[in-house]
Amino acid sequence: MTAPDDGRFGPDSLVGKRVARPNVRRLIHGRGRYTDDIAVPGMLHVAFVRSPYGHAAIRRIDTAEASAMAGVVRVVTGTEVSKVCAPMVSIAAHRPGHRSAPQNVMAVDHACFQGEPVVAVVARSRAEAEDGAEAVIVEWEELPAVIDMEDALAPGAPAIHAELGDNLAFQHVIDNGKAEAALANAAFVVEHDFVFGRHTAVTLEGRAILAEWDPVEERLTVHQSHQSPYQMQDVYSRHLGIPEHRVRVITPDIGGGFGLKINVHGDEVAVAAIAKMMARPVKFTADRLESFAADCQTRDHRATARMGVTEDGRIVAMDFDNILSCGPYTAYIRFGLAEGMMAIMCAGAPYALTDYHARTRVAYVNKGIVGMFRGVGVPVGAAVTEVLVDQAAAKAGIDPVEFRRRNFHAQDAFPLTTVSGYIMKRLSLDRCLEACTRIMDYEGLRAAQKSARETGVWRGVGVAAFVEAAAYGPVYYGPSGARVSTQDGCTVKLEPSGVVRCMTSVTDQGQGTLTAIAQIVADQLGLEMKDIDVLSGDSATTPYGGGAWASRGMAMGGEAALQAGKALKANVLDLAATILQTTPDKLTLRGGEIRDAATGEARMGLAELARVGYFRQDTLPPGTQPELMVTRHHVPSTPYYVGCGVQGAHVEVDIETGFIKILGWWVADDCGRVINPLMVDEQIRGGVIQGIGNTLYEHLVYDDAGQIQNATLADYLLPMAGEMPDIAISHVETPLPETELGANGIGESGTIGAIATLWCAVNDALRPLGAQVTEQPFTPEHVLDVIGKARGA
Amino acid sequence: MRRRACVPCVGWQNTGAMTEETARISLIVNGEPVTRDVPVRRHLVDFLRIDLSLTGSHLGCEHGVCGACTVRVDGVAVRGCLMLAVQADGAEVVTIEGLSQSGEVADLQGEFEARNAAQCGYCTPGMVMTAAELLAAGGTPSRETIRDHLSGNLCRCTGYQAIVDAVEAAARNRASGGAAR
Repeated sequence: MTAPDDGRFGPDSLVGKRVARPNVRRLIHGRGRYTDDIAVPGMLHVAFVRSPYGHAAIRRIDTAEASAMAGVVRVVTGTEVSKVCAPMVSIAAHRPGHRSAPQNVMAVDHACFQGEPVVAVVARSRAEAEDGAEAVIVEWEELPAVIDMEDALAPGAPAIHAELGDNLAFQHVIDNGKAEAALANAAFVVEHDFVFGRHTAVTLEGRAILAEWDPVEERLTVHQSHQSPYQMQDVYSRHLGIPEHRVRVITPDIGGGFGLKINVHGDEVAVAAIAKMMARPVKFTADRLESFAADCQTRDHRATARMGVTEDGRIVAMDFDNILSCGPYTAYIRFGLAEGMMAIMCAGAPYALTDYHARTRVAYVNKGIVGMFRGVGVPVGAAVTEVLVDQAAAKAGIDPVEFRRRNFHAQDAFPLTTVSGYIMKRLSLDRCLEACTRIMDYEGLRAAQKSARETGVWRGVGVAAFVEAAAYGPVYYGPSGARVSTQDGCTVKLEPSGVVRCMTSVTDQGQGTLTAIAQIVADQLGLEMKDIDVLSGDSATTPYGGGAWASRGMAMGGEAALQAGKALKANVLDLAATILQTTPDKLTLRGGEIRDAATGEARMGLAELARVGYFRQDTLPPGTQPELMVTRHHVPSTPYYVGCGVQGAHVEVDIETGFIKILGWWVADDCGRVINPLMVDEQIRGGVIQGIGNTLYEHLVYDDAGQIQNATLADYLLPMAGEMPDIAISHVETPLPETELGANGIGESGTIGAIATLWCAVNDALRPLGAQVTEQPFTPEHVLDVIGKARGA
Repeated sequence: MRRRACVPCVGWQNTGAMTEETARISLIVNGEPVTRDVPVRRHLVDFLRIDLSLTGSHLGCEHGVCGACTVRVDGVAVRGCLMLAVQADGAEVVTIEGLSQSGEVADLQGEFEARNAAQCGYCTPGMVMTAAELLAAGGTPSRETIRDHLSGNLCRCTGYQAIVDAVEAAARNRASGGAAR
């Protein structure tokens, strides 16, 4: 690891240290408090009757029997909820041609995906609510289901929403240069087809909400397992017609987010509506089956891509045709368009190609809604690019690592805008590539691979590069019309005893963000970790901001914390200068003491200053106004902060069984300044494992009628401890030029890089057989299928 | 949501009004004797969470796959979602709360904290219960053995490596004479 030596954080600074999380201990001791753990007096429970069909009209609902059941307090239909809760309309103002039908939070006249909530049964216990749900009679008329994304876009396909006319949600073309001509003139062209299966987040804690309506004060208080309390405050305020200052959303401990819990799910909004209708506290927790059926899902792309290369192995052009399905609605409130847009925006970004053509089309289908999930489209664009790069290198007869090195943007080319439209001030891919291939002993693996092949063992080595746009700023969401806050804020308050409380708008689902914020503030104020407490996840008491999405915690929340800490330090020194009858520039803060800046001599304890500032203002000169609490925000001035990395994988493919075994994994990542290597490493490792799961195992399978075929954890395969590798990590630290802190996001890069790397590694193993995988997940059947086809060819 | 909701059907089967059948059970939970009337259909973890407010045991799948609900019953780590509360009548149950307070795995929990072997923490109580069983068996299990032992506990955040590191370190410390604190 090479720590940047820019003088901003000294060797004694807490910034850059492996600090354990003060707030993890309670979780390890079983003292966490997740939403479902909270019980309040008079609380009722909701169970939903959900659509059993992919697409069906609701002809009649009979709730009489259910209403009469023991423990059932009320049965609420979607029609009733729609009278008090406005539908969700998710149309991106900045994407002409994007269309989406209004989505009722519960189905009113027709259900468009299996699992869509239709009737809510409210009862004394969840079990009784489920009993009641069993007794609700819904008369359905099944409608033609549109399941396959290409069928959905075919002429004459039945439109899921008649008012839209067809099932095309959105399409976008990037045409930069003359890609077709460049491909025609290239020395050779490589081409590949890709399928990225639909999968889902599988947070171990299901989505959960406890909503309380106070009919006297007309206040809504919501505890919710969500990544953004501010976003949900806005949603409840607008959809339920409650003034925003009377809506308070608290996000307690959260059992996994991964992007899933930034989406707005209709059933959760319905629970808040029902709490208001009934003036009772109402709780809902999604069980595993309804998590599979009703959680926002992800990916589900198909693509064909070509890459043109010169005689001397230079990539010149790329054509990328991408199609994906988004369910029957584009996801509220962020449209779900980023999944397709990011794929074509990030493709080719590491390389100095000159001509690029790409198209992404988004189809409405009768499957679950595709929302945000870790990586958002970038894993697709990166995998498509890296697979083609490996094929081009093989065809050119150049080692794939060397081929990448030759094709990366030259360092003197920065700043630049890629042919796909990425704006980048700099990349450190060459250094990441060097670091990754060094820690993986690339040459050694290649030698071992060669000798293994002689004994009939098929091993692959994959090395893949990626570029990631993290911490999206207002340039994207501002013009979209969506009420998505792209700022983050931090309040820092000196308590009278000289310790500090921070209130931040970023939320922490286990990433360690709050720990890093404490490190940053402690560093500014010359305090230790034990002197700082960080609060977050309460829309009423913390600065307004985004929460957790697009890997913004450190990049934006960290910068806001730094600026807030710095501002408090200035106020503290101002006050100290008044008390000590000197000037602030002659003072500094270190070790809990106000010190002489030149000699380091302690002049006054911070606790003593706080005591005077809060209790003995009478001793201060008239007009002195201590300001010992400050708030600062950070709004990025660029569209996003660009990060990059390289990953390496070593795999073995059993060509008789089709099983893939992972032998080793390596990561070199540049997320700017590393605030806490312990947390960053764990973000990378967890992300890589999710990427491996996405690529090898995870697949939410729908049949032709829109029925999910594998909605249990026994049938939907996930990475477990037994199959996963240890992961070695090297950090390439290039502080972000855009902020004083210089930290970028790290939440998604592990997943992004892992998927591309595994595609490359498996294809590397299969290349001598003339076979290449084309469908994710790489099931044993698929591996055997491509090997069989190659042998038969 | 009942599984049946995913099977194509016309309308919904009417099961009629149901009166809750209960049974009286007596058991020891975290060292304290407990007697309760519980619905016979209530599984052990719902009983622990709802009736006893011991919310440290979590539910991830209610299918016995994810391990988040792991508790100790008569000395054995079991899936609390696959056991009915009435089946625990007469048993001795230890949850993460009791295990933590006993200090039996304080060393392991310290290793978890130092290595950040928990992110969201939802799987962690089950992970600690499962690892405690391996540590109690003694010796210095290999990483492969540790991974194998934990392979019924799903963690969606960490990537497992830090958890394996924590268990390995705790086992080594115990083997070299350091006991649980």
